[in-house]
Amino acid sequence: MTSTVSKPPLTDTRPMLDVRGLKKVYGGGRTDPVEAVRDLTFSVAPGELVCIVGPSGAGKTTLLKCIAGLMQPTEGEVVLGAQTVSGPPAGMAVVFQEYGRSLFPWLTVRQNVELPLKEKKLPKARRTELVVKALSAVGLEHVHDSYPWQLSGGMQQRVAIARAVAYEPQVLLMDEPFAAVDAQTRADLEDLVRELWRRLGVTIVFVTHDIDESVYLGQRVIVLSSSPTVVMEDVTVDLPAERDQIGTRSSQRFGELRTRVYSLIQQAKHHHDL
Amino acid sequence: MTAEKLARTATLGAALPALLLALWWVATADSTDPYVPPLSLIFSTFPETWTAERLQHDVIPSLARLLSGFVLAVVIGVAAGVAVGSFHGLRHTLEPVLEFLRAIPSPVLIPVVILFAGIDDTMKILVIVYGCVWPVLLNTVEGVRAIDSVLTDTSRCYGINRSARLRHLILPGASPHIFAGMRQALSLSIILMVIGEMFAASNGLGFSIVQFQRSFAIPEMWTGIIVLGLVGIALSLLLGLIERRALAWYFGLRRSQRRE
Ligand SMILES: Nc1ncnc2c1ncn2[C@@H]1O[C@H](COP(=O)(O)OP(=O)(O)OP(=O)(O)O)[C@@H](O)[C@H]1O
Ligand SMILES: [Mg+2]
Repeated sequence: MTSTVSKPPLTDTRPMLDVRGLKKVYGGGRTDPVEAVRDLTFSVAPGELVCIVGPSGAGKTTLLKCIAGLMQPTEGEVVLGAQTVSGPPAGMAVVFQEYGRSLFPWLTVRQNVELPLKEKKLPKARRTELVVKALSAVGLEHVHDSYPWQLSGGMQQRVAIARAVAYEPQVLLMDEPFAAVDAQTRADLEDLVRELWRRLGVTIVFVTHDIDESVYLGQRVIVLSSSPTVVMEDVTVDLPAERDQIGTRSSQRFGELRTRVYSLIQQAKHHHDL
Repeated sequence: MTAEKLARTATLGAALPALLLALWWVATADSTDPYVPPLSLIFSTFPETWTAERLQHDVIPSLARLLSGFVLAVVIGVAAGVAVGSFHGLRHTLEPVLEFLRAIPSPVLIPVVILFAGIDDTMKILVIVYGCVWPVLLNTVEGVRAIDSVLTDTSRCYGINRSARLRHLILPGASPHIFAGMRQALSLSIILMVIGEMFAASNGLGFSIVQFQRSFAIPEMWTGIIVLGLVGIALSLLLGLIERRALAWYFGLRRSQRRE
């Protein structure tokens, strides 16, 4: 697989996800309006893994919520496949930044992962299979019957990831999913995401503010400016598709790319001072 | 909770009532006032007054009215509360009306209800329903609104809609508030049951207590009041038991948050 699909010719592949002139202004009415996102345009090809980085408060979560159909953009549109997103589309899973609050506290870990599958009307045997597989993939095979609040933050985050994985989505949106896990688990989960992505052919939009992580995971890194937000740059990650934590991270190209993204982020922070 | 801790809580819980009974016993021991008979006399009157026949004739009908009224109020209150809590517009439209209706004390409706429903059990149950529906309804509205928006977003993303949304998100999410409403409603339901039975009845706890009082059977009247208290305690223990099972997750969640 090549990783040079940043601007696919329209005649060739239709983008899976197309964000066109997206603008989001919060509030108005009683509160002062907050322009979280000014103008975002980019597209993601089917089966692509794109990372989005940007300073805190840049509007990354806002962008994901618009893509997920949880929020209507003020201007512009999000097109998924051939349709404009106006509500949560089928076949899309989201791992929320507030992972702990996204788990149902009245359901056990197993039930949390299984509930969306029930709504997908999958038969019982298939559901069990998916739940078991997803939970062992994130290293949680021993806590099926615990409640989320009995787990540590990192474990809760992995439950949320397992739920998204078991759902077998076509598009997976992840909002800083590894923020609360330790370095070792984080490395394992990064490899898990890459492996699942390559195996399932799912399209992934991955938000992070860890620069190394964005370069290690992505085929492309989209760098956002600070609020009000525009796309600063769309960096193609021309690392080989076969990646491993030690080899890839110590390669020269990796170093160059992370320096590039790093300096873009520095620029992004001061973007509006110029 | 450990068994030891449970035992300690139970002992503490029993200590105060025991103390009050002892005080009552001592204070009335040599009472000659016919309206305040010695507690010993009340106790000795108890078995002969509350025979199996009387339990069947008075306690069972009272309990039946109370429980029908309570259950109906909970069903109506939760249903209406979910509807009002889920739709922003509905809440704004209905709020003043709800506040007005809630301000009307249920007992004053008895004469009105008698006009429509007569003096039979329907009237007594309706009075209980009317009084008990408000705490359940208003707490349910509160509970539905308190559901975490991240959880709502999660449900929408994963296609948990319509009836599944009600079953897996709204009802469990609002259940801590619903139970708080049910506890308030339960104590109201006992009061309203007694009041309803004092008006026009031929049996029931409220009816017997009034009968005893009218026939100057004072120790018997006191035993009736004690039975009423016991019924109240039993029902609230039962509700507590159901609550502890249904909200086990909630108490666990709260404990884990306190630890942090
Ligand atoms: N519901 C809301 N109402 C009003 N303003 C909001 C709302 N949600 C976000 N904002 C504002 O929009 C801007 C972007 O927020 P957003 O959460 O999308 O940023 P982010 O890039 O995800 O930040 P972080 O990296 O800290 O998660 C911020 O200034 C934030 O205060
Ligand atoms: Mg965010």
